[in-house]
Amino acid sequence: MGFFLEVLAGGLLAGVMYSLVAIGFVLIYKASGVFNFAQGAMVLFAALTFVSLLERGVPFWLSFVITLLAMVALALLIERAVLRPLVNRPPITLFMATLGLSYVIEGAAQALWGAQVHGLDLGIKDEPFEFAGLLLSQFDLFAAATAAVLVTTLSLLFSKTRIGLSLRAVADDPLAALAIGIRLQRIWAVVWAVAGFVGLVAGLLWGARLGVQFSLSLIVLKALPVLIIGGFTSIGGAIVGGLIIGASEKLAEVYIGPLIGGGIENWFPYVLALLFLLVRPAGLFGERAIERV
Amino acid sequence: MIYTEAGQFSIRYSHDRRIFRLRQDRIGITALLLFAFAAVPLLGNDYWFSAILIPLLVLSLAGLGLNLLTGYAGQLSLGSAAFMAVGAFATYNFQLRVPGLPLLASMALGGVMAAGVALLFGLPSLRIKGFYLLVSTLAAQFFVEWFFTKFGWFSNNSASGVISAPPLLILGHDFSNPVGRYLLTLAVVVVVTALARNLVKSELGRNWMAVRDMDTAAAVIGIPLLRTKLLAFAISGFILGVAGALWAFTYLGTVEPHGFDLARSFQILFIIIIGGMGSILGNFLGAAFIVLFPVLLSQLSGSLLSGVIDAGQLENLQKIIFGVLIIAFLIKEPDGLARLWQIARERARVWPLRY
Amino acid sequence: MKTIKQQFHRIATTLVGAALLSGAAHAANEQYFPLQSYRVGPYAAGGTGFFGGFIDYMQYINAKGGVNGVKLTWSECETEYVVEKGVECYERLKKGLNGAPAAATNPLSVGIAYATLDRSTADKLPLITINHGRTDSTDGSVFPYAFPLQLNPYSEVSAIVNYIAQKSGGLDKLKGKKIVTLFHGSPYGKETNPILELLAKKYGFELTLIEVPHPGNEQQSQWLNIRRLKPDWVILRGWGVMNPVALKTAQKTGFPADHIIGNIWSNSEDDAAPAGDAAKGYISITTHPSGTSFAVLQDIKKNVIDAGKGNLADPKRFGNVYYNLGVVNGILNVEAVRLAQEKFGKKPLTGEQVRWGFEHLNLDDKRLKELGALGLVQPLKLSCADHEGGGAVRFQQWDGQKWNVISDWVQADRKLLRPIIEESSHKYAKEKNITPRDCSKES
Repeated sequence: MGFFLEVLAGGLLAGVMYSLVAIGFVLIYKASGVFNFAQGAMVLFAALTFVSLLERGVPFWLSFVITLLAMVALALLIERAVLRPLVNRPPITLFMATLGLSYVIEGAAQALWGAQVHGLDLGIKDEPFEFAGLLLSQFDLFAAATAAVLVTTLSLLFSKTRIGLSLRAVADDPLAALAIGIRLQRIWAVVWAVAGFVGLVAGLLWGARLGVQFSLSLIVLKALPVLIIGGFTSIGGAIVGGLIIGASEKLAEVYIGPLIGGGIENWFPYVLALLFLLVRPAGLFGERAIERV
Repeated sequence: MIYTEAGQFSIRYSHDRRIFRLRQDRIGITALLLFAFAAVPLLGNDYWFSAILIPLLVLSLAGLGLNLLTGYAGQLSLGSAAFMAVGAFATYNFQLRVPGLPLLASMALGGVMAAGVALLFGLPSLRIKGFYLLVSTLAAQFFVEWFFTKFGWFSNNSASGVISAPPLLILGHDFSNPVGRYLLTLAVVVVVTALARNLVKSELGRNWMAVRDMDTAAAVIGIPLLRTKLLAFAISGFILGVAGALWAFTYLGTVEPHGFDLARSFQILFIIIIGGMGSILGNFLGAAFIVLFPVLLSQLSGSLLSGVIDAGQLENLQKIIFGVLIIAFLIKEPDGLARLWQIARERARVWPLRY
Repeated sequence: MKTIKQQFHRIATTLVGAALLSGAAHAANEQYFPLQSYRVGPYAAGGTGFFGGFIDYMQYINAKGGVNGVKLTWSECETEYVVEKGVECYERLKKGLNGAPAAATNPLSVGIAYATLDRSTADKLPLITINHGRTDSTDGSVFPYAFPLQLNPYSEVSAIVNYIAQKSGGLDKLKGKKIVTLFHGSPYGKETNPILELLAKKYGFELTLIEVPHPGNEQQSQWLNIRRLKPDWVILRGWGVMNPVALKTAQKTGFPADHIIGNIWSNSEDDAAPAGDAAKGYISITTHPSGTSFAVLQDIKKNVIDAGKGNLADPKRFGNVYYNLGVVNGILNVEAVRLAQEKFGKKPLTGEQVRWGFEHLNLDDKRLKELGALGLVQPLKLSCADHEGGGAVRFQQWDGQKWNVISDWVQADRKLLRPIIEESSHKYAKEKNITPRDCSKES
């Protein structure tokens, strides 16, 4: 039983890390209907920029601010060069544009900062301690706390501020939002910038764990099934989806894995998400689409 | 003046059903085929066959497979490489375990296996749409990769899990040298492409396009959605499977599961974006672009810019250019390179007048 | 317009020229090494180090007047570690450069090596896969042109098990020990599992094999499993990002790093350093210690690096694991050329002639001392039947900053492995209709 709980706890905390990446997707999907495959590349770009500045002797907080500014600049650029010309195109086209975008960002990140592997130390120990018989790590708890703060801030932002309200209006009906004088382009730029910020936070936490290197951009693949289960439009859904995926994949690896040979973590979340979809085609918290001719 | 159709009348129904209705097209295609089958083997060398032409042809075929599914039937897929892997491994095992089975028959059976797997992962397509369907194809991608790595039986329990192509014998003739491999690939690609071209002009092809443009509307006018979508998955899977077998047998000569990873699926998707969705010609143009562009860039930098940019930066640059081109195509020319050809054709038709 | 046209013309001619490989006009007194290098992508750190070391060693040889007066020349083609790019590069470079014939290819990539194996045999060009490659290509009678120099994957695990035995006080003490192997979920990762199982049966230790799916950036469940098993040793058969994550997760689950033994692809600075403190004490095997104290490295420093001609963009990486592997690889290639020249004459040689050189490589301590590589390269003796030659490794430990060598050469049990290798190579020969050479008739 103790072992089961330990795996469960480890899985839930790993799930939080997936959610962090998934939140970036949700933000962008909500506001601009774009399924942004480049989120992984943005995570890589942010982490690489941050760590390279740090290694060049720039202090921690200054690096953070500079990287954040870079992410905002990137968001503005994306809005201007990619989103605006593609307005009103089918969602699939936009998705494929973000595939292209991820190539550009990955290439640029490596051209700027090189392809070496960097270590990143946030000063939080990743050592275990026992809590009520369970093995927990400070780092995981820190990541979970960060996610909680992030989600709270974002939901406050969306429900209390003017820009948040207009964002929700855009998400609900872009045309109506335009008609009442909301500037669509500005909203997009803001949302992409916020997604860049989320990417930076995810990049730092993941980077501290994996080392900052090219494979950071692959974590996008871990976030996808999370989105499917949580639904594309709900931040809460991203968290719940992350927890479900994290816990079930770890439990599956430990308990089902040995039966069929192990190493199933790569595809298990997808199959789980698929089964989920057959029951609920729009995810847990997604909006149900109504079809008309 | 050059491309005019004036004076070409269809006087029989069979004329209307020709693969190419225009005389110019027929002459052009015949000349091209003659050139490819007769002249290229005399002109080319090892490098051109092994490093350029064979991958170009195989990737064109893979692009064709995906294009039927995505470009014609509108079902987005990121599992192309998985279906290629199934084709490659199945062909290998048919060759290995069924003595006396001709190579081409093994390839066809490999394609059928890939079609079966594609069908299986296409099943959810009735209930799940758009991005959500991506999950199904991604599940195929990861599952197949894991499956072939896991079960050594499929790679004949070779210690390293890499399969190695047997000699390419057809009717006692050995096709293992570069020219032979090129001709074999070319022949398969031409036959499959001709079939596909016919297919998209048939009722099924038109049903696909109706489903792509709006599946609810298509259902309303009586197109059987499930059958149409599943057939798209199956036929696409078949073609991808054959392409995978060619990739393993005539191009690389060996293959490991990791060679059919997600990056390959993306590559095939890029072929159809750049070449043109919903176009047969586009696959060839897109594949030519994907194969030739990096080679050109590195050759150019080797001879013109050597020393100015180092090899690593060049590769990053290439990645950036690739991404930019994809975005640019989506913005400026959503129908890809194939559309440029169409424009050229229309110009030629009214030439020397402007319009 | 004219300039553009001229430019285009120039481009077209170079392209056609390159495509037709028409460079055979002037026969220079040079020996060519085609380099299928990779300097970008996920494995760039390894590629830049390895090819940097290789190129610097060749520059050093040229600075000393070449090999018996024959200068070395090379050109690079970026593969990004992608198989089909490697094949394209192989086809592009195999014909030599400006009349200088190619000596051997060194792709440093298992995938590319596999895909060019048949081509290498057909083109009679040696394929050098130092420390990696196809295990059964050790059998030179079936694979005349493939050379998994120094160490093939089977020898690797055998040497690790021998080291564990040494630590426990003898092979008989292995009985009842618990060993976990954490392997990368790829053909590479699985390749040695049957050998481990065989050794477990032979020596009576308890073996658990645990797979980490590619790329390995989440290993919580695997390490929780390991924690439950409480093994004496963990053998890490990792790749890329999997290594630092394994070390970090080990720390998180409280498994001591000094009981984790990394294999040949888990042994570089880039595998340990990103894990920070978690890597302190981590042990790995190596065929070539890192460091700059060896005479040959000092010579390279004097003749190449200090002259501002070094290939590394970051001079701090001089003497690291990948760089030294490149130097070792350079030494073995150059020695093969030198040896072949003794037989075939002091002129540029064909791949077939260089192959003879590889097959007769015989580096004893005396020769290694002359080369300034004693302790860097293990004694090596190849033959027609044996394309590996060495089969020994040293063990090194990470102190948080750098690797320190902690053992002498530990030999693999190659006698035990040979029949398994031959079984596999004969199966391959049958599948491919190859008649093995009769090694007793080779000179």
